[in-house]
Amino acid sequence: MSQILDEDQRIIEFDVRTDEMLVNMGPQHPSTHGVLRLVLRTDGEIVSEMEPHIGYLHRCAEKIGENLTARQWIPYTDRMDYLAAMNMNLGWALTVEKLLRYQVSEKARHLRVLITELNRIASHLVGMGAYGLDLGTFSPFLYAFREREKLLDLFEEVCGARLTYSYITVGGMTADLPPGWLQRCEAFLDQFEPVIREYHTLLTTNAIFVKRTANIGVLSPEMAIDYGCTGPVLRGSGVDIDLRRDGESIYTAMYDGYAFEVAVMKNGHYPRDHEYPAVPRDAVLGDCWHRFFVRMLEVVQSMDLVRQSIDRYSQCKGPLGEPLKLAEKLPAGDAYLETECPKGQMGFYVVSDGTPIPWRVRARSSAFSNLAVSPELCRGCLIADVPAVIGSLDVVMGEIDR
Amino acid sequence: MAEFLIETIGLPVWLSWTAIAGLSAFLILNVIAGGALVFIWAERKIAARIQDRLGPTRTGGRFGWLQSLADGIKLLAKEDLMPDGADALLFRIAPYVSFCASFCAFIALPFAFDVVGQRLNVGVFFVVAVLGLEVFGVILAGYASASKWSLFGAMREAAQVVSYEVPLGMCVVVPVMLAGSMDLVTIGEKQAGWASNWFIFHDPFTFIIFWVYYTCALASVNRAPFDLAEAESELVAGFHTEYSGLRWSFFFMAEYGSMFLVSALAAILFLGGWNGPVPVSKLLGLSDGMAVNAPYALRLLGCVNLFLKAAVGVFVMMWIRWTLPRLRIDQVMTTCLKYCTPIAAAMFVGVMLWQLFLPGGLVPGSFQNAAGVREGWLEQSGSEESVNKDSLSGITPSRRIAEVSR
Repeated sequence: MSQILDEDQRIIEFDVRTDEMLVNMGPQHPSTHGVLRLVLRTDGEIVSEMEPHIGYLHRCAEKIGENLTARQWIPYTDRMDYLAAMNMNLGWALTVEKLLRYQVSEKARHLRVLITELNRIASHLVGMGAYGLDLGTFSPFLYAFREREKLLDLFEEVCGARLTYSYITVGGMTADLPPGWLQRCEAFLDQFEPVIREYHTLLTTNAIFVKRTANIGVLSPEMAIDYGCTGPVLRGSGVDIDLRRDGESIYTAMYDGYAFEVAVMKNGHYPRDHEYPAVPRDAVLGDCWHRFFVRMLEVVQSMDLVRQSIDRYSQCKGPLGEPLKLAEKLPAGDAYLETECPKGQMGFYVVSDGTPIPWRVRARSSAFSNLAVSPELCRGCLIADVPAVIGSLDVVMGEIDR
Repeated sequence: MAEFLIETIGLPVWLSWTAIAGLSAFLILNVIAGGALVFIWAERKIAARIQDRLGPTRTGGRFGWLQSLADGIKLLAKEDLMPDGADALLFRIAPYVSFCASFCAFIALPFAFDVVGQRLNVGVFFVVAVLGLEVFGVILAGYASASKWSLFGAMREAAQVVSYEVPLGMCVVVPVMLAGSMDLVTIGEKQAGWASNWFIFHDPFTFIIFWVYYTCALASVNRAPFDLAEAESELVAGFHTEYSGLRWSFFFMAEYGSMFLVSALAAILFLGGWNGPVPVSKLLGLSDGMAVNAPYALRLLGCVNLFLKAAVGVFVMMWIRWTLPRLRIDQVMTTCLKYCTPIAAAMFVGVMLWQLFLPGGLVPGSFQNAAGVREGWLEQSGSEESVNKDSLSGITPSRRIAEVSR
């Protein structure tokens, strides 16, 4: 303990040592994003050690998957990352399709891009708003939810659900878009675009926000790779990996013909495709501010992708195609596929013995790996930085515990 | 008032003083309780509007104006919980300590000329000192709750309030220096006349120091972005984590009372107190400023003035709270020690020099003339028991400093 304090350059100024205290943050705590429990070893306000305890939301999702057919398990994937259920559906659907060597119709492909990118926006909006809450400001949260509400209305129209969609399914989609939906979606995008500037004013460039996030919880690219961090957390550290571009061909084929730049800092700057504020002077690559900023950039990027996919989808002639039968027989063998979900790379593994019910199902959660690095980031920080770090990792307990 | 009871009605001296004290206490209590009800409702409406919501709309018919009363009844009906390991006595008295401090400070706060619980010739000192006692309630609550989160909140509050008392004191001294008195009534009366007489416009230094005062006041009443003691995203609810029901609401009342108090203090010290920006009554020939023989109706209008100014201060506090993220504890201390204190000290010296070399202000005459008018009634009211009998009070502040330094 004292060794840690001695070694850490950041905390040298706190030379008054008091008795250590062991504090439980959570599982019932306002800022632990659900039921995460953090055990903090504190010396006054300084956190010398932090350990996350998980498992409070464990629902045996994988075991359930071994008792249901592939399509029947889709609603259970909704409940993993419940903020990005479309992306979860897509991950499992693509994995099973990989096992089946099945390819969906062109129309379904563009619809999948459209709907998952919309869900990415919704997920990042929650991430952004909840991050504001973690830092003690309420209004951005409601500003984010105001826009997310409109997205949920759109989702409700396509599948009837506002949170657990089960819309994308093995072999296609459960239904086509209702008439007039594309116009409403475009209207939303036009209305949403200027709102992003509001978010930048309220959070990204806010002096206190920068003070609270810049140079806090710095995650080096090496450490990020060592811990298996993915998604915005990895890209916030400056590692240029995005499965939508670098993933397996069955996944990247979905994005064939789409133009987008990965939101990551390259050669000291972010892709300048849109107007956005400059990086503050205090911010260091890999700190909380950059993780947050990458999410904000991805919102813009997803908007672009949605616009492109609306064009392509409306140009597609022919039917959407029916999804596979509920009890479609899976060929014996196994398949593993990772997709780029809003929180990071979500992997699904399926082993089949030739029956409709998989023999083994396994999910690789991105938030789990992202959370695993938090003890490193929180060592030697102040208590107030713990929510700032956890919030910047944007974890969802449903995905970690499954 | 007490003299009136003694001389005209003939009540015993002790009884008349007690009766007047009771009446004053009752009125002030109603100002705080009623103010808290209004401010809690206002906070909900303002927060809602800032966040693109409606806020309470139904309770009480329209605008949800009875919402805080309904909340109060709910709090009354709640079970009074105390943690097992809590120090029962301290846990119980802590909210009252907080509330009493906030309440006591109101005693010396004038709402208009001579509309004051007890006029003190060290009013400024009394208000700031007593308001500082509020922290004891918070520390007691944190210590007695037997909860680690409460303890964290209490320690933060202790560190923060003790630090911010320093720049706050420095800011408060400036109007005292300008008015040449620590009596809040005198300070307010010195700013009668046009808005240019307000101390905030006295010179550039006072203009800056007003904002320093406001920042420190925010910190000393624990409002965002300095609400570390109850930082809900870090400390659950800080020092009042374990409180519920009526005890909890006493902390709340103390908070809103203090908010109003520091805003009213800002109004009296810098924003002309109960004097409007335009001396309407004087222009109409109704009275010579808000002088001693001013009719009671005018004093009531003065109260309205002060309440409005204080309400604006409270509104800005709410606006800040619903806009800005919270600072970290080290950043709060840095703000105090690296910015507020040095700025306040520098401005203090600046005001002193200004008083020595430019006593009349940049536009010669404007301040001086008004001061002349005020001196007239100050001398006139010198015979009154309640008025500051300082022999130097008739002299302009600058000359007074010169005299003292000689």
